[in-house]
Formats: sequence, C-alpha cells, structure tokens
Amino acid sequence: MSLARAIETGDLAELPSRRDEDWRWTDLRGLLRVLPARVAETDAEAIEVAAGETRLVRLDFVTGEGAEVVRRRIRIGGEAVLIETHRGGGISEIDLAITLEPGARLERIVLVEAAEDAVQVVIATVALAAGARFAQTVVTGGAKRQRIETRLRHAGGGAEARLDGLYLVSGRRHADLTTVVIHEGPGGATSQLTKGVATDQGRGVFQGRIEVRPGADGTDAKMGHHALVLGDRAEVDAKPELEIWADDVVCSHGNTIGALDEEALFYARQRGIPEPEARAMLTEAFLGEVIDRIGNEEARDAVAAFVAERLA
Amino acid sequence: MLKIDNLHVQVGEAEILKGLSLAVPAGEIHAVMGPNGAGKSTLAYALAGRPGYEVTEGSATLDGLDLVGLTPDARAALGVFLSFQYPVAIPGVPALTFLRTAMNAQRKARGEPEVTAPEFLKSIRARAAELKMDFEMLRRGLNVDFSGGEKKRMEILQMMMLSPRLAILDETDSGLDIDALRIVSEGVNALRAPDRAMLVITHYQRLLDYIRPDRVHVLAGGRIVASGGPELALELEASGYDRYASAA
Repeated sequence: MSLARAIETGDLAELPSRRDEDWRWTDLRGLLRVLPARVAETDAEAIEVAAGETRLVRLDFVTGEGAEVVRRRIRIGGEAVLIETHRGGGISEIDLAITLEPGARLERIVLVEAAEDAVQVVIATVALAAGARFAQTVVTGGAKRQRIETRLRHAGGGAEARLDGLYLVSGRRHADLTTVVIHEGPGGATSQLTKGVATDQGRGVFQGRIEVRPGADGTDAKMGHHALVLGDRAEVDAKPELEIWADDVVCSHGNTIGALDEEALFYARQRGIPEPEARAMLTEAFLGEVIDRIGNEEARDAVAAFVAERLA
Repeated sequence: MLKIDNLHVQVGEAEILKGLSLAVPAGEIHAVMGPNGAGKSTLAYALAGRPGYEVTEGSATLDGLDLVGLTPDARAALGVFLSFQYPVAIPGVPALTFLRTAMNAQRKARGEPEVTAPEFLKSIRARAAELKMDFEMLRRGLNVDFSGGEKKRMEILQMMMLSPRLAILDETDSGLDIDALRIVSEGVNALRAPDRAMLVITHYQRLLDYIRPDRVHVLAGGRIVASGGPELALELEASGYDRYASAA
C-alpha cells in the first residue's frame, strides 16, 4: 500500500489511510477522491560517485499538475554532498534508493518548496555499509499533505548517521517527517534532531523510530524532536519510538512541544525590539541549532536563507 | 523627569502596588528599598510594561508622557531601560547580534539612522573593556552559560550602549561578589548624567555603598512609606524593615 502503487494502478484503495498506524496523521485516502492522469516517468540514470571521487550533486525535482512516480538510484563509493530540491504541485511520490559503500560519505540536504495544493510523498531508503558516514537535513514548508520519509539501515558495523529535519508550516499546510532507523551492525551511531514551527492552521508530524536489532551491540542513538506551536489552531503530533534488542546500547530521546519563551520575548521587547521582530528572532534562534549541524557551508547558507525567508 | 502618581498595579487577581507615588528628577539617582514581597520588582516590571502587570489606576510619566498603555518596545525607544534581576538567556542569538538589533530597532522607532557595523563594534569593544568583559563572550548566545556576575555585567553593557533616559536597576547586586559589584557600580556611576534618571531597586544597603543615591524611598505594602536622604539606607540597615510593616 503506497501512493506510488495507487498512482501506478489507478486504485484508490491502495492509498495509505489513517487506519494504517504509520499514516494515521497523514491520511491520503480520506483526502484524495480521484487521481489525475499519470504523467509518464522519464527514465533517469543512476547517480554514481565512485570510490576516491568527491562531488557535489544537485537533484531538482519539479512535479506538474498530474500524478507522478519518480524513482532514482544513488550509489556513493567516495565522498559527496547532495543538494536535492522538490518543487511544484500535483500528486507525486518520489522514491530514492541510496547506497553508501564501505567508508563512503554523503551529506544530503533536502529543500522542499511545494505548491500549496501539492500532495507529496518523498521516500529515501538508505543503506549504510561498514564505516559509512551519512548526514541528512530535510527542510520543508509543507504542502496540502506531505510526507518526507527516510528509512535508514545500518547494515554494516561502525557506520554513523545524522538525521535532522526542519519544518515550518503555516496557512493550512501539512508536513510529516518520518524516519525509521534500523541498526543491524554493531557499534553504529545515529544522532537525530528535528525541530518545527507550526502557525495558523499548520500541522506538523514527527514520527521517529529507532530499532536496535540483536547483534547491533554498542549502538549509540539519540533522537530529539522539539516544536513550537504558535497558533491556537496549529497542531504538532509526535511519536518517538525506541526498540532495543541488543546489549551495551546507549539510546535516548527527547520530545518537547511548546510556545515561545515569554520571558525571552519580554526581555527582547524591553530592549526595544518590536514584538513581530522579537518573535521571528527567537524562532530563528530555536531552529538555528539544526542549521548549525550542517557541514557543507553552501548548503548551510541555503537552508538559513530558506528559513529566514519564511520567518520574515 | 520620571513621575509616578498614585500607581495601582494588579498581577493576576492580586493588587500589588496600591497607590505608589514617586518622582525622580533628571540627573538624580533614587533608591527604592523594601522587604521581600513589598512590590519592588512589580514596580520595575510595571514601568517597563511587562504583559500581565496591569495598571488599574494612576499614571507613570517620563518627560510628561504617560508610559501606561505603551508597548515595552515603545517605552524602550523613549529611553526606558530595565536591568533585570534575572537576565534571560537566549540560545542561538549572539550577544552582539542581539544588542545591535535592539539599538537599531530603537533608532528606527525614533527616526534616527542605523548604527553602522564598524561604529557599533568600536563602541562595544571599548565598553566591554571598561567592564572587564571578555569580548569573545559576546559572540556566544546571549547570557548562555554566563555566570551570575557575567549576566549583570552584560546588563550594564547593554545599558551603556543603549544610553537610556531612565535606567531601572532591579536587584543588580544579587549574585555579585565584591569585585564584580565594584565593577558594575563603577559602570552605573559613569552613567550618571544631567539628562538621565536612575531608579536603583535593592533589598540590601550594600549596593548603596558603591552607588550613592540622592534619595532613598522605602517601599512596603505596595506604597512608598518613607523617603529621605542617603542616611535612610543606613538606618534601615541597622533597624530593618519591621517598623514599616505597620505603616504599610
């Protein structure tokens, strides 16, 4: 059951619905009564960065008005920074299969600027071989309904992953950041920090699951999700889950949902900063912690600009 | 310059200030002393316009202009500065950025040109040095991991940079050791000026050894119950606030 299958078969019954535990906050079956004509998929070659190679890769996805399924394969042997943008409207699922070979490094930055009426699912399935290092920051302003999902597998041992996210949802936009991390190899590390801001009638969803399978001894996993709900009709739903089946594991998670610090707001206003500017400053500072974790400078600047533009 | 007349302030359901009157002429430093719970911090917050501190009666004017009803930032632009008893930490906003944003917001509200980056840096470097502050600290998040003394110096540094008409210092001596108290007090004394009024709120007389007030007022039960010269502070130190409990 998936949006891709529904688009491919034209069968609405294939759409994930709120009766599916994993999709209860991002119901697609209740939303879509008809599916528009399917746009033919253009074949695209797999992206390869061979061992010993260092590259900056750009991937720009622009969806049209129809229904679309796009699949891409990315294989990293060397070192790469991937700057990925998603724009446009319509109904789409984009599936990426990302493989990191032993010792490979990839930093993936995902900037999502969808149209207000877009229904969008982006799923990245990431496999890390031994000693691979993967870092990811997803930044989204939401859509009519949107799920950005990452399924990450520590297949080999001693791999490291950073899985971060930022969402800013206003108007009636919806953003769902879902991650499933599976530790199979021993001695792996996962560090996750997602922050979000919901205003107006915006809705943010964070679902994070970390599974530490038998044999993944010595795993170090941290998960944090923190959100600001800045409107009476805004909403954030969060479901952090840790499942541990191995020994000698350090796992922690923190989840907070609240408003801006009124003390800080008054302090800034007392110094002369008008309320709207003070709110924007504090919100930007709240999100800044996630931006600071981005390694690539160009990507960090792009994300900072994306956030500043939405808070202005 | 500052004139408070019959000020009543309510916080939640409770009336904390019950007809407080006080005047501080330009160029003078007045101390407000009183026991815990007398309403000292309420006075500071009410003058600064903190949400939740509702003026139900009376007025507080600066240069004849009523502050009541103005937003906190509008009061700041008119020259009201409050040095907080517990300065707030703002992670992710470097002290330099915060202060420059504040200065320019005030200037904009007054229709003045923005301070340029070189002007700002030159000025803040010199003042941080006067307060014996490590300049590198100002690049970090405002008040984040600052010690109690560092936070108070940061307040005085902001006061120097913003150059207010009315400075209200709320328990500035709390959390300071003797060296820090001396440095902070020197900073305050240097700001004494003919066109500036200062209100120093304190529980203990200790701060007034360093900052000599022109007048001392005793606040008890939400009102000023006694006023006098600097000798009143010494008297309070010797005899305590007990005898004002009945006056309130």
